[in-house]
Amino acid sequence: MSMRRADRRAANAARHRLLPEGRVAGPMPWIIAIMMFLTVLAAAAGLGLGTAVRAMSADLAGRATVQVVEADPQARAELSTRVAQALRGSDDVRAVQPVDPQRLADQLRPWLGEDAVSGDLPIPALIDVELTPGDAAAKVGRVRNLLLGLSSKLRIEPHAAFLLPLAGLLSALGWLSAAIVLLMALATGAVVVLAARGAHDSHRGTIEVLHLMGATDAQIARLFQRRIGLDAALGSAAGFSVAVAVVLLVGTRLSATGSELISAIDLPWAGWALLVVLPVGGVLLATFAARWTVLRALGRSL
Amino acid sequence: MSAIVQFENVGLRYGLDSETLSDISFSLHAGGFYFLTGASGAGKTSLLKLLYLAQRPSRGVIRLFGEDVVTLPRKRLPGFRRRIGVVFQDFRLVPHLSAYDNIALPLRVAGMEEGEVDAPVAEMLNWVGLGDRGQARPATLSGGEQQRVAIARAVIARPEILVADEPTGNVDADMARRLMTLFEALNRLGTTIVVATHDLPLMAQVAGGQMMRLDRGRLADPTGSLRYPPRPQGTA
Repeated sequence: MSMRRADRRAANAARHRLLPEGRVAGPMPWIIAIMMFLTVLAAAAGLGLGTAVRAMSADLAGRATVQVVEADPQARAELSTRVAQALRGSDDVRAVQPVDPQRLADQLRPWLGEDAVSGDLPIPALIDVELTPGDAAAKVGRVRNLLLGLSSKLRIEPHAAFLLPLAGLLSALGWLSAAIVLLMALATGAVVVLAARGAHDSHRGTIEVLHLMGATDAQIARLFQRRIGLDAALGSAAGFSVAVAVVLLVGTRLSATGSELISAIDLPWAGWALLVVLPVGGVLLATFAARWTVLRALGRSL
Repeated sequence: MSAIVQFENVGLRYGLDSETLSDISFSLHAGGFYFLTGASGAGKTSLLKLLYLAQRPSRGVIRLFGEDVVTLPRKRLPGFRRRIGVVFQDFRLVPHLSAYDNIALPLRVAGMEEGEVDAPVAEMLNWVGLGDRGQARPATLSGGEQQRVAIARAVIARPEILVADEPTGNVDADMARRLMTLFEALNRLGTTIVVATHDLPLMAQVAGGQMMRLDRGRLADPTGSLRYPPRPQGTA
């Protein structure tokens, strides 16, 4: 009786192992794991940089700095006060924040030395301006006209003007990451195709026997699909897990820098959801590639 | 009796070589027991390959179960193959599967539910005297045991035609007689049996068996009439 039970257990398993088991021992799961690791890292970088670019663009478009270029310190202070008041009265301005002269001097000290704080060197006063949401360029134009009406010694510098190249660089890196993800997907598909061809060749004898018993191409392809799908699932899970750990670690390091710019590289929940889709997509891609390859190979036989 | 197999002017050529089989014409009737004999290299295995749909002929017509299988679309072949059991000369057992799983293969290929597989496989294991060897891998079985597993696998799905290529080539005389008895039992159940062999005493064992003899790729009797007992070679 126990023999019969053993037979039944073996039979249940056998339907799925007409091809020899060989997971983990073979290179496929490891290759998939490495590719998934790199894919997830590239995708995370792309998504993080994308978030940073979006945040930066939104931030930059609505910010500007007004320079009060007046040599006389007292006149500069008075003009600064007038400008701040005028700006606060503007419908285009949401917030006005004069930059503390002491803080500005501290920032300049490394380049200008003690001259930065001596008062002998005329340093413009700065006023940070946050514009109300809307057409930033038009608002900057109106604020510029407002300042011209107050004094000819006033300049307005939209932040977008000097941080735009950096945003462009980050955007380019984001697109590069997307291209890498695409290339990795193609490479994964190619690896699976090669593996499926190899498996098909090495099991040619078994396949022929199955064919002669009346197995359809779809039945045989399912065997390869299942095996390669399992290998891909195993590799994807491993690669994804390690990549997520690395992403979390890098995220912690970025936060620790304290830099507002670097901290903008953030992975939102939607980004994490997209990352989770990658291993699932990888398994589906591997399964499809295996099926396609084996069906093509079988189609060449009788 | 109706013809279950019909060959009409069938020729088979591998690549650019000369024809391995030429002008083969014969009919096999349902429920018959047929021997295919001839010297080594006469084309027996090639003819059987045509019969169990491992090969398409280069010319001629082959009808199986009343349908022309030469022009049959590839996707319809599995349905025909499931009606034919094959005992290969080299057994072709799947090496990583147990005897049990090898015998169960045709049932699983046919889509039988797993719960229904156990009983016929156990019955077949007992029928071939391997009831206690179900979990053995082919590599651990003797040549005779492998032969019996191959036969059990070929007949478990109750094929309408059983094709056996030199089934007694690797077993002793006693086992050969037992195998032939198995074939006769199957034949009595209605299966058409086609056995390629050059073992004349074995053929004599089967009452009512008919013989085709191949000689250098041609049927020795070009009229296609089947005879038993075989005439000695060289006589008209």
